[in-house]
Amino acid sequence: MNEIWSGIQAAFWLIITLDADLVEITLRSLQVSLSALVVACVIALPFGTWLAIRRFRYRRAAIATLNALMGLPPVVVGLIVYLLLSRSGPFGVLGLLFTPSAMIIAQIIIITPLIASITHQAMRELWAEYHDLLISLNTTKRQRVMTLIWDGRRTLMTAALAGFGRAIGEVGAIMIVGGNIDHATRVLTTAIALETGKGDFALALGLGFVLIALALVVNLAIHALSRTEREGTW
Amino acid sequence: MNHPMSVCLTNVVVKRRQKVVLGPVNLDLAASGVTIVLGPNGAGKTTLLKVLHGVERVSEGVVQWSVPDVQARQSQAYVFQSPIMLRRSVRQNLAYPLELLGQPKSEIARQVVDWAHSIGLQNALDLPAPRLSGGERQKLALGRALIRKPKVLFLDEPCANLDGRSTREIETLLRDATQTGTRIIMTTHDLGQVRRLAGDVLFLLNGRVHEQGGASAFFTDPKTPEAKAFLEGDIVE
Ligand SMILES: Nc1ncnc2c1ncn2[C@@H]1O[C@H](COP(=O)(O)OP(=O)(O)OP(=O)(O)O)[C@@H](O)[C@H]1O
Ligand SMILES: [Mg+2]
Repeated sequence: MNEIWSGIQAAFWLIITLDADLVEITLRSLQVSLSALVVACVIALPFGTWLAIRRFRYRRAAIATLNALMGLPPVVVGLIVYLLLSRSGPFGVLGLLFTPSAMIIAQIIIITPLIASITHQAMRELWAEYHDLLISLNTTKRQRVMTLIWDGRRTLMTAALAGFGRAIGEVGAIMIVGGNIDHATRVLTTAIALETGKGDFALALGLGFVLIALALVVNLAIHALSRTEREGTW
Repeated sequence: MNHPMSVCLTNVVVKRRQKVVLGPVNLDLAASGVTIVLGPNGAGKTTLLKVLHGVERVSEGVVQWSVPDVQARQSQAYVFQSPIMLRRSVRQNLAYPLELLGQPKSEIARQVVDWAHSIGLQNALDLPAPRLSGGERQKLALGRALIRKPKVLFLDEPCANLDGRSTREIETLLRDATQTGTRIIMTTHDLGQVRRLAGDVLFLLNGRVHEQGGASAFFTDPKTPEAKAFLEGDIVE
């Protein structure tokens, strides 16, 4: 009990004094997850919207695949990315294994299906609502997509935030492909795992608080967004 | 674009889940005037309007406007039975059809304010449209339809949730529109409104045009017992 208490005190001290390690790890976490988020959004937002408004032959199969991909265990994603990037793998020559790039790739694979799936749901709903009007007004395909994306922007942001939340808190995959190398690929989650293993609860807890704070901010933002949507304050 | 827009339906049938919901309909509609489609719930009024507008797939037959299809749709506007509000402000809802046409911003802003006055929503311009009352939504939907100055205007029960005063306001707007040459094809369950507005009447029953003719003749001398019963407020089978 005593050990935990002094750990918490030391953790706060680390945060208040902006401990160099803690800041470095936090920034790297943000850098990796935000990069993954940007790429995932560029893929998932148009794809989810397209799935919602386009009728094509393998649409159902595509949606089922998307949902299945969402349930992919991150550790398995890590393993696959590891095999692809390892020296003997097809992309081995790029030398990406154990770099932040590898971690970004793994996180992109983990969160793209999630963001695409939420986008698809939201856009399908909005499209059902707008369909008759947009057809009646003789809109072009482009105009339809732009209208849906603009009027669904809050839900799309929610999808992005959910993706970010998942990325920043993920540990299994980035541990495998990043290797948790100090000053290179160590991020919040992998550092917590390591420090806990070593018994250094101060740093582990300090990093944990930062992670919790980030998760809280994300959830508050999602909450605020859904509130403006519901109450129509815009 | 100054061609008159008449329309001709030949053997039009609409089926949904193997069931015929409209037709077979053979119909000629002239390029001007006010036509009111009457009939009990489920008679196929909405379906007929959507077929005319070209947003409902027909299973058989042909709908032929006197101008090419693309041009026809572009010069038409449709007010749906349950108004569709964009999740935007009233101002942006009114502006939307003009923005699609790529009109200059200042011109759009001017027209939006004008129309907001016409539909009595000038003080609600910056409210989110989905939060308007049912009646206000209907007025907004009408304004958004009229703002493009359509040649043909379809209205599916435009006054269904409106009080007496709002109904009169809408009817005035519709009369103004006909005056400037807009063709109106609408449905209503308000027989008083039919008397006030209609040039001619289409009486639908079970998906077929049961009776068609001038409004006054329809009221004074309905040809079929079903139409007579409908006018007297009886149940029509
Ligand atoms: N997608 C559909 N699938 C099955 N039936 C349909 C579909 N669309 C319409 N119908 C049926 O077609 C018939 C005509 O519908 P329509 O909406 O045209 O009636 P209406 O005359 O406008 O009625 P109301 O006065 O209640 O608005 C109804 O019996 C309806 O159940
Ligand atoms: Mg109807």
